[in-house]
Amino acid sequence: MSEASATSPRDVPRTAAVVHNPAIRRARVKVVSIYAVTAVLMVWMVVKTAGGNVQFQPTSPFDANQISPIDFPARTTGLACLIGVVALGVGSYVVLSWLRILFGVVAGFAFMLCFFCWAYSGQEQIAITNPLSDSLKAATPLILGALAGALCERSGVINVAIEGQFLMGAFAASVVGTLAWSPYLGMLGAVGASVLVAALLAVFSIKYQVNQVVLGVVLVVLAGGVTGFLLDQIPDNKIPDLNQPPVLSPVAIPGLAKIPVIGPAFFDQTVLIYIMYASVALVTFVLFETKWGLRVRAVGEHPTAADTVGIKVRRIRYQAVLFGGVFAGLGGAFFTVGSNGAFDKDLSAGNGFIALAALIMGRWHPIGATIASLFFGFMLQLQFQLQVLQRIPSELLAITPYVATVIAVAGFVGRVRAPAADGEPYSKS
Amino acid sequence: MGEPEQEPGAGTDEADSGADEPDAGTDESGVEPDERTQPRAKTWIESVLPTVQVSFASIVLALIVGAVLIMVSNDHVVSTWGYFFADPWGAVTTATSAVWDSYKALFSGAFGSSAAFGGTLGKATPLIFGGLGVSLAFRVGLFNIGAQGQLFFGAICAGYVGFTWNLPPVVHLLAAVVAGIIGGAIWGGVVGVLKARTGAHEVIVTIMLNYVALGILRWLLLTNPFQIPGSNNPQSPYVDDNALYPHAGGYNLGFVVALLAAGLVWWLLGRSTLGFEMRAVGANPDAARTAGMSISKAYILAMLIAGALAGLAGTQQVLGHRDPLTDGIAGSIGFDSITVALLGRASPFGTVVAALLFGALQSGGIQMQAATNTPLTLTTVLQALIVLFIAAPALVRSILRVRARADAGGVLAKGWNG
Repeated sequence: MSEASATSPRDVPRTAAVVHNPAIRRARVKVVSIYAVTAVLMVWMVVKTAGGNVQFQPTSPFDANQISPIDFPARTTGLACLIGVVALGVGSYVVLSWLRILFGVVAGFAFMLCFFCWAYSGQEQIAITNPLSDSLKAATPLILGALAGALCERSGVINVAIEGQFLMGAFAASVVGTLAWSPYLGMLGAVGASVLVAALLAVFSIKYQVNQVVLGVVLVVLAGGVTGFLLDQIPDNKIPDLNQPPVLSPVAIPGLAKIPVIGPAFFDQTVLIYIMYASVALVTFVLFETKWGLRVRAVGEHPTAADTVGIKVRRIRYQAVLFGGVFAGLGGAFFTVGSNGAFDKDLSAGNGFIALAALIMGRWHPIGATIASLFFGFMLQLQFQLQVLQRIPSELLAITPYVATVIAVAGFVGRVRAPAADGEPYSKS
Repeated sequence: MGEPEQEPGAGTDEADSGADEPDAGTDESGVEPDERTQPRAKTWIESVLPTVQVSFASIVLALIVGAVLIMVSNDHVVSTWGYFFADPWGAVTTATSAVWDSYKALFSGAFGSSAAFGGTLGKATPLIFGGLGVSLAFRVGLFNIGAQGQLFFGAICAGYVGFTWNLPPVVHLLAAVVAGIIGGAIWGGVVGVLKARTGAHEVIVTIMLNYVALGILRWLLLTNPFQIPGSNNPQSPYVDDNALYPHAGGYNLGFVVALLAAGLVWWLLGRSTLGFEMRAVGANPDAARTAGMSISKAYILAMLIAGALAGLAGTQQVLGHRDPLTDGIAGSIGFDSITVALLGRASPFGTVVAALLFGALQSGGIQMQAATNTPLTLTTVLQALIVLFIAAPALVRSILRVRARADAGGVLAKGWNG
C-alpha cells in the first residue's frame, strides 16, 4: 500500500494541465519569455542573413593534421536553428525537470549557430575557427580559481579573495620565474604566494572570526596594493632581472594530440592546463570520495554536529583553505608564466570574481563550476573571434560574456543554496 | 596624522551602536554568551575609548607595515642595506628618512594647506556616495559589488544631460544630477529585480553588470553625442558650465550633498518604517517574511536607492570638476566604496568618516608620489591594512595587550544564503 502511494506521483504526467502551483507557473512564464525573446532575435538574424555559404574551419593553421573546411548554407542552417529553438521552447513549457536545463543548453548552442550564420554570412574569406583551444585557455584560471573557492566554501569559509590569490600568484610566478629562469619554479612561487594569502584568509576568518566577505574584499585590495606597489618600486633598468619570466611552452601528449579537431585543443597545451584537468578530478575525488572530503563538507554544513562526532572543525577548515590556495596560485601563474610573461598591475582583471561567479553558478560543485567556467571561457574567446568581422562594435561584443552570464543565472540557474555554514565562524561555547 | 586618527575611532563606535541593533535578534556571531549577559554600566567615555584605541592602533600598525614595505622595496634604501655592516648607521638613517619623507608628504598632501584639504574632500565625496550605496545594500543583506557599474551609468546619464542640453544655471545642474540618480538607480534596480524575481545571486549579477556598464560606456564614447565633434578620442565633450557643481577654492558643493545624502540614509535606515523593514530583512529574511514584510520590496528598493547613491558618485565625477567623461571616470571608486562601507561598518556616519580617511590617503598619496619616489599604490596597501586591522579587533588587542570587550565587531552581510 505504502509502496503504491510512494510511486504514484511518478505516474502523474508532469504536464501543463496538472500544475496549478503559482511558483511553477511563474518559472514557466519566465522560461517561455526568454525563449520568445531569443526566437525574435533569431528571426531578425535569419532575415538579415545573406545567402550563400558559411565556412567552418575545424583545425587551426598550425595543426599537424589538417582537415578541409566545411561549408554549409547560411540561411537554411539559421532557419533550422530557429525552428529548433521554438521546439525547445515549447518543450520547456511542457517538461518540468532538469531536462529544461539541457534544453536551455541545446537552445543556447542553436542560438550561437544561428548567430554565426548571420555574422559570417556574405564574408566568404573569413571562416569560423575552432573555438575549443581558446575557450579552454580562457577558462583555465577560472576553473582553478573556482576549485580554490569550492574547497574553502565547502568547509564553511567564504572566499571572495580568489582575485587576490590570483594577483599574488601571478606576481610571484613572474618574479620567481624570472629569478630562477624557470616557469616551473615560477609556478611553485605562485603556489607559495597564494597559500600565503590563503593563510591570511584562514587565520583572520577562523582564529579572529572576521566577517569573511569583508575579509575577502580587503585581501583583494591588499594583494592589488602590494603587487602594484612592489611593481612600481622596480626601477626600469631592473625589469629584465625581475619581471620578464620565461613562459611555459605547449607539450603534446603522444597519441592523444593526434586526434583530429579536439586533439590539438585539449592535448597540445601547457603543463598548467594538464594540471587543471588533474585538479578538477582531484578536488572532486577528494571532496566526495574521501574521509577528509566528507569531513570538509560536514564542517561546512553543520560544524556543531561535526564537532560532536569528534571532527576538529577549525583544523579541517585551515586545511581546506590552505589546500585551496594551491589551486588559486596555479590559476594566478596562468596569467604570467602560463600565457604572456611579465606581470602588470591588476593583471587578472577581475577573473577572480568571475571564478567566484562560476563557483556560485556551478552550485559549489567542482564539476558544475568547471562547466560554468568553460561557458564563460567560450563566450570570452567568441568576442575575440568576432572582432575580426567588425559587424558589431567590439566594445559591445566585449559585454556579451557578462550579459550571457546574467541571462544564464537569472533564466536557468536561479536560486542557489550555499553550504549551510558558509561564512559562519565556529567557536566552541 | 593627528586629525584622521581620531576620526575613525569616533566613527566606528557610532557605527557599532547602529550595527548592533539588527544583530540583537539573531545572535549567531562568535560572541561569548556569558559576557553578553553580564549587566554592566558604562560611561560614554568608557564605551568609546577601546574603539578609539583599536582604530588608532590599526592606523599606526598599518603605517608600520607600510614603512617596512618602503624599507625593503625602495631601490635607494635597498642599495644602502648592502653596506649595512660597513655603515650601519647610514643605512638606518637612509631607511628612516625615506619613510619619514614619504609620510610627511602624505600628510601635507592631505591636510597641509587649504587646497590640500579641498582635495581630500573632493576625493572623499564620491567615496561617501558609493560607500553609502554599498552600506545600504549590506543592511538589507545584499552584497553590492556593483557600485562601479552604477557609477558608470550615473555618469553616463548625468554627462549626457550635462553636455547636450542647454538650460539655465541651477536648473541644468539639477537636471543633470537627477539624470545621474535615475541612471544609477536603474542599473542598481535591475539587480534588485533579478534577485527578487529570479533569485539570481546579486554577487554574480553586480560583477557582470559592472563589465556591461563599462562596455556600454566605451561604446558610447565612440558614438556621436558622446564624442567631441571632429575627434576620434574616446572622450566626451566638456560638461556645460551651468551643469557643474558650484565650487570655491577647491571646495565643492558635492561634499555638502554627500553629507545630506548620509543624513538621509541615516534617517531612512534608523527612523523610517521602510528602513526598519529593510534591516529586518537583512537580519533575518524568514522572520521578516513571517512578520508580513515583503522581501522582494526590500531588495528592489534597497538596490534602487543604492544605485541612486552610486549614481550620485557618478555625477560628482562628471559634474564636480571640468573633466570629460572617459572610461577611466570611475577609477577604483567602485571597489573603494566597498572598503569604505566595510570600514564604516555599514553605518552612514561611519561611512562618511571612512571616506574622509580614504580621501585623505588618496589625496595625500598623489603629493607623496610627486615629492618622494614612493608610489601612490602604497595608499592602497595602507587602506587595506587599516580595514583588515580594524575588522580584527582581537588581533589588535592582543598586540596592544588590551582586555577584550564583549562586542566582537559589527556583523555585516552574513553568508551567501543571506
